[in-house]
Amino acid sequence: MIEILKTGMYDSIQDFGRMGYQEFGVPMSGVMDRYSATLANSILGNPSHTAVLESTIVGPHLKFNHETAICISGADMNAKLNDLELRTNAVYRVKQGDVLKLGKCNYGCRGYLAVLGGFQTEEQIGSLSMYKGITANYRLVKGDVLPILKTNNYAGNSFSSIKIDKNHFEDYELEVFNGPEFDKLDDNQQQKLFNTAFSISKDSNRMAYQFNEPLENSLQPIITSLVLPGTIQLTPSGQLMVLMRDCQTTGGYPRVLQLTENAINRLSQRVFGSKITFKCKK
Amino acid sequence: MNFELIYRRFSERSILVEWPQEIDEYILKDVLLFKNSLLDLDDKLILQINTAYNSLLIIYQSTIDNVNDEILTLKSHYINRKVVKKPITTLFKIPVCYDEEFGLDLIAISEEKKMPIPEIIKRHSQPVYTVFFIGFLPGFLYLGGLGEQLHFPRKKSPRLQIKKGAVAIGGSQTGIYPNESPGGWNVIGNSPVELFLPKKKEPCFAKAGDKIQFVPVSKTVYDSIVLQIKQDKYSIESEVIDD
Repeated sequence: MIEILKTGMYDSIQDFGRMGYQEFGVPMSGVMDRYSATLANSILGNPSHTAVLESTIVGPHLKFNHETAICISGADMNAKLNDLELRTNAVYRVKQGDVLKLGKCNYGCRGYLAVLGGFQTEEQIGSLSMYKGITANYRLVKGDVLPILKTNNYAGNSFSSIKIDKNHFEDYELEVFNGPEFDKLDDNQQQKLFNTAFSISKDSNRMAYQFNEPLENSLQPIITSLVLPGTIQLTPSGQLMVLMRDCQTTGGYPRVLQLTENAINRLSQRVFGSKITFKCKK
Repeated sequence: MNFELIYRRFSERSILVEWPQEIDEYILKDVLLFKNSLLDLDDKLILQINTAYNSLLIIYQSTIDNVNDEILTLKSHYINRKVVKKPITTLFKIPVCYDEEFGLDLIAISEEKKMPIPEIIKRHSQPVYTVFFIGFLPGFLYLGGLGEQLHFPRKKSPRLQIKKGAVAIGGSQTGIYPNESPGGWNVIGNSPVELFLPKKKEPCFAKAGDKIQFVPVSKTVYDSIVLQIKQDKYSIESEVIDD
C-alpha cells in the first residue's frame, strides 16, 4: 500500500487508457506522456502500459507501507526519499515506512511514478485510468491508500540511470498532420497556423490545451464528427483547442490540425506560458 | 447505391472516411453497414472503428506504413460491403417524467412557442427516434427525429449543472444527460433509467442504429422505477424491430 500524505496540483492513476469503448462515448484517457510513462515502467521491468501515478507541476508526498522498488520519469520534481535526493530514470529500493516527497518541477510538467508490478487500484472498463463518472474518484486526495503488488522481486542494477532526450522537454516544434478541415482555411490562416509562436494558456488540462493567441476564424461549425487525442479544433471565437487524453469522442468544431503521438507526449510536458510552433509532418 | 466517400489520413494510426455532410438515416445505415462489414473481416490490424453522423474512423494497431495502399484496400471493401450477420435493431421505451419539478424550461418553451405544455409532451413522446451515435459524454445518445415544431435554440449561457437523467432540447436535437454535467440545452423532463453503467460489459444499453421512444410517466411511477433500479429489479421495456 502507498498512502497519500499530501496531494500535488493534480495527481491521478493512469495506464494506457480505454480502447474499444469510444462507441459508447467513453474517452480514451491514459497517461498524458506515454514516452515518459513507458520509460519509468521499462526501467523497472514492468510492461509499458502498467498503471503509474501521474502528477502535474507539483507532485504529492507519499508513504510506503511495504517494500518495493520505484522509478520516476518525465518531469524532474526534485524527488526526495526520506532525505535522499533521487534522480529521474533510476531504480530505487523502498522500505516499509519510507516517505517520498515530490516537489515542484525543475523541467517538464508531468512526472510519472512507477512501482514494481504497478498500482492495483480499481479497474473500470478495462483500465485503471481515473475519469469522472467512470472510476469512483477522478483524482487522488489526501489519505487515499493505493494498493500495490507485494513484491520486491527486482533483479536489476539499482545504480544505473538513463540519459534522456532533452528535446522531449525543450523542443518547441510540434509535428502535425493537416486536419480534415484544414483545406477550408484561407491561405492567410494556414500560414498563420505555421508561422505563429503559440503560448500555452493556463486553461489547459488533461482534456484540452488552449493557447493565448487566437486565430481569425470564419469557418462554420461542422456536423458533429469524430475526434482523437491530439485533434486541434478551431472554435467560433478563434480559440485553438488541442484535445488531450481525456477528450470527448466527438466534436462539432472544425479540425484544423492533428498532433502526432510524439507531439502529444511533448505538449504534455510543456507548462503554461511556454511557446510552441507547429511543423507539418512529412 | 454507393456514396461518394472521402478517405484521408487522420493520425499516424487512423484513417477517416466521410460521407456527404448531411444528417440522414440512409447515410447512417451505410456508415454502419461499412463498419460492420469491416468488423466481419476480423482484421487483427484494426484496433477499433468509431462512427458519427457521416463519418467513420478506423484506428489501426500500429502506424500505417503506406496510407495510399490502405485507402485502396478500404475502397475495395466499401464496393463489396455486405454483412454476414445483420445486427439486431432494438426499440427502447424510455420512461420520462415531464412534471414541472423536472421540466425546468417547459414554461419558457410553452410561452415562446405559444404551445400548451401537454402538447409539447405529446409531440416529444410521439416520434420514434434513431440513435445516430453515442458521444459528448459516456452514454449520451445523439438522437435524430425531433419534430420541427419542437426545435428550440440552446440557452445563451449554459447551466453549470444539469441533473443526471435530464431530458432536454438543444436546437434540432433532443437527448438525455447520462450524468450530471454543465449544459446549454433546455430541460423538459427527467428519465430514471441508467444510460451508462461502467461495471457492465456493454456499458450502454443502446447502440448506433437502435430506436428510442419516450413514454410519459407520473412522478409516482418515476419514483417506483427509481426504487426498482436500486433493487436491481428494473429492465427497460424493449422490442426487436425489423428495420
